[in-house]
Amino acid sequence: MEPIVQYKEIHKSFGDTHVLKGINLDIRPTEKIAIIGPSGSGKTTIIRLLMTLEEPTDGDIYVAGENLWKMDVKGKKKTANEKHLRSVRKDIGMVFQHFNLFPHKTILDNCVTPLVQVKKMKKDEAVDLSKQMLDRVGLSDKYEAYPSNLSGGQKQRVAMARALVMKPKIMLFDEVTSALDPELVGEVLQVIRDLAEHDEMAMILVTHEMDFALEIADRVLFLDDGVIAESGTADEVINKSDNPRLQEFLKRFRKEEV
Amino acid sequence: MTYWSWETFLEAFPIIFEGLKITLGLTVVSYLLALTAGFIWLILESTPSRVFNFIIYWIREFIRSTPPLVQIFFLYFAWPMVPYVGTSFTPFVAAMLALGIHFSTYISEVYRSGIESVEKGQWEASTALNFSTRDKWMKIVLPQALPPTIPMLGNYLIILFKEVPLAATIGVVGILSIARSYGAQTWSYIEPLTIVAILFLVLSYPSALLIRALENKMNRRFEKKQKKVKVVE
Amino acid sequence: MFSSGVNILEYLSQGAWTTISIFLVSTLLAFIMAFVAGLSRLVKNPLIRGFTTIYVEIFRGTSLIVQLFWLYYAVPMLFNINLGSNWWVGVIAIALNYGAYMSEVVRSSILSIDKGQTEAGIALNLSRFQRMRYIILPQALRLMLPEFGNYSIQILKGTALVSLIGLTDILYYGDIYRSSNLSEGPMAYMMVLIMYFIIALPLIWLSKKGEKISRRGVAS
Repeated sequence: MEPIVQYKEIHKSFGDTHVLKGINLDIRPTEKIAIIGPSGSGKTTIIRLLMTLEEPTDGDIYVAGENLWKMDVKGKKKTANEKHLRSVRKDIGMVFQHFNLFPHKTILDNCVTPLVQVKKMKKDEAVDLSKQMLDRVGLSDKYEAYPSNLSGGQKQRVAMARALVMKPKIMLFDEVTSALDPELVGEVLQVIRDLAEHDEMAMILVTHEMDFALEIADRVLFLDDGVIAESGTADEVINKSDNPRLQEFLKRFRKEEV
Repeated sequence: MTYWSWETFLEAFPIIFEGLKITLGLTVVSYLLALTAGFIWLILESTPSRVFNFIIYWIREFIRSTPPLVQIFFLYFAWPMVPYVGTSFTPFVAAMLALGIHFSTYISEVYRSGIESVEKGQWEASTALNFSTRDKWMKIVLPQALPPTIPMLGNYLIILFKEVPLAATIGVVGILSIARSYGAQTWSYIEPLTIVAILFLVLSYPSALLIRALENKMNRRFEKKQKKVKVVE
Repeated sequence: MFSSGVNILEYLSQGAWTTISIFLVSTLLAFIMAFVAGLSRLVKNPLIRGFTTIYVEIFRGTSLIVQLFWLYYAVPMLFNINLGSNWWVGVIAIALNYGAYMSEVVRSSILSIDKGQTEAGIALNLSRFQRMRYIILPQALRLMLPEFGNYSIQILKGTALVSLIGLTDILYYGDIYRSSNLSEGPMAYMMVLIMYFIIALPLIWLSKKGEKISRRGVAS
């Protein structure tokens, strides 16, 4: 099957800091990928490049065969303009660590606005679809509430509903539970688990919830010092790898959990 | 017909430049008056009598919300006619009083915001340590309240500087006044007025940059403080 | 004394419309300038940005009275155009001056909106314009309100300068009254001040209200 996302020799630097040092990665259309690794290893940057929040310093990213950051103008490669970026990223959705809900809009309007503005959907259709999605994440009684009146877990579920109504083919999760109080993590993970089981889309999770990542991921990537150091099924990466950096990372992680 | 003459420009420049002494002098004395009177408002507005505080508050609001130009006219043209207390001021003194008092109403807000920015815990701590009222203010509250107000006070100095040419209307011979009389004599207004504009720009823009830099520095320091607090938590 | 005060107020009210009309039109234009210049300073194009920065810094760096005189004497000569009447000279000087100040309010409010809001907008594939229109501006506007309220009072105070270029506003009639009744000078100017204050009262009220709305906005 054709990969839906391809990273080819991707490099990214912030000033003097070389964060990604040659990432090569193919993602199949329904694949669930978890990216683990020490902080500062560039995990988040990988998905931010795909969401077009950062521009790669070097290399190409393809989405459904289309070059994301470069476009053809009369046979010449040029840096993508806004129009090109919008046409390619329409199939990508993202959930953020800090939710980034729109504080001036109700929960319902957080979902309805992009549908009406971007998908040009009729208002009542957009409202119906948004309600369906909010019901699915368990927020049917909060339509008219504002984000400031919700708990962290509820906010993150709204953020997921807002991303899902856009029907993305690729969903990105950027440490979605790390800003939550421990007792609220479960409800958010439950929604992701449900998505992973029932939805066809590709998913990339950057996460610190190790056990959860191993449970739902088809493939686990261990990112270390800007490269993908290990890649395989959960079992292969956790139990069969003898990469010392990975062992150290896992050991430190287990210790923290205890 | 020529629109712009460098000859006129060069001729007028030194004449107008002379007026800078008065313009800057008026700025400085008005500012000192504003800094002092700002404290007085603060004291008058925190007496035990609520009614009195309320009246003072509205007097201050009145001075603040009405045109300084009218206040200058009032002090210069009308004050001598005021029964009992009336006396005539020189233009310089009238302008100084009007601008100083007008800006003191803003300065007192700045002081207030500085004092309010000191956390309640600081007051409680200094009470717990049995400081005298005087020491509480001098050693604990003011050293914390004043530094953050410095950029704001600086901004008001620049704003005041730009209001000083209003004094030309009652005959204070600053740069604007000289430029206008030069224009009236020679019928060339553009060059002298442009010179005035340039002088204002040259003096106020670098000061504004300085204050913005100071502000950024303050903000950064403040942020750092906040971060430290979080780490301790 | 009271009746003389009322008489003076009545006399001054002849100038009220000039003051109010100049205030309203220059405030409207200043708002437009503020948004045009404030947004222009945030675009990528260095030419637009540079040009706007020069405008803002020149008008903020010199004073209103200098700009007013400059326009009054220079514009008809330099460009050989007549701005129509002194009324327009006054309006344009005030609008350009306060537009420059208020553009900084617009710019800094927009910049102070959390970056995550823009990122969420991108992730939902909103266009640059849509992000500004539906996400950033509505939030930034709330932050601008108190400052706008304060500046409207500044604009009102600034309108008193137009009497210097011969417009018949409240202060103009105050001057006329004083020069023909010298002993009533204090009362005359007091009434001028009171009249400005009466016009300012709703603005004071509005800016207090704006402050409340703004504080609520930050909390949410």
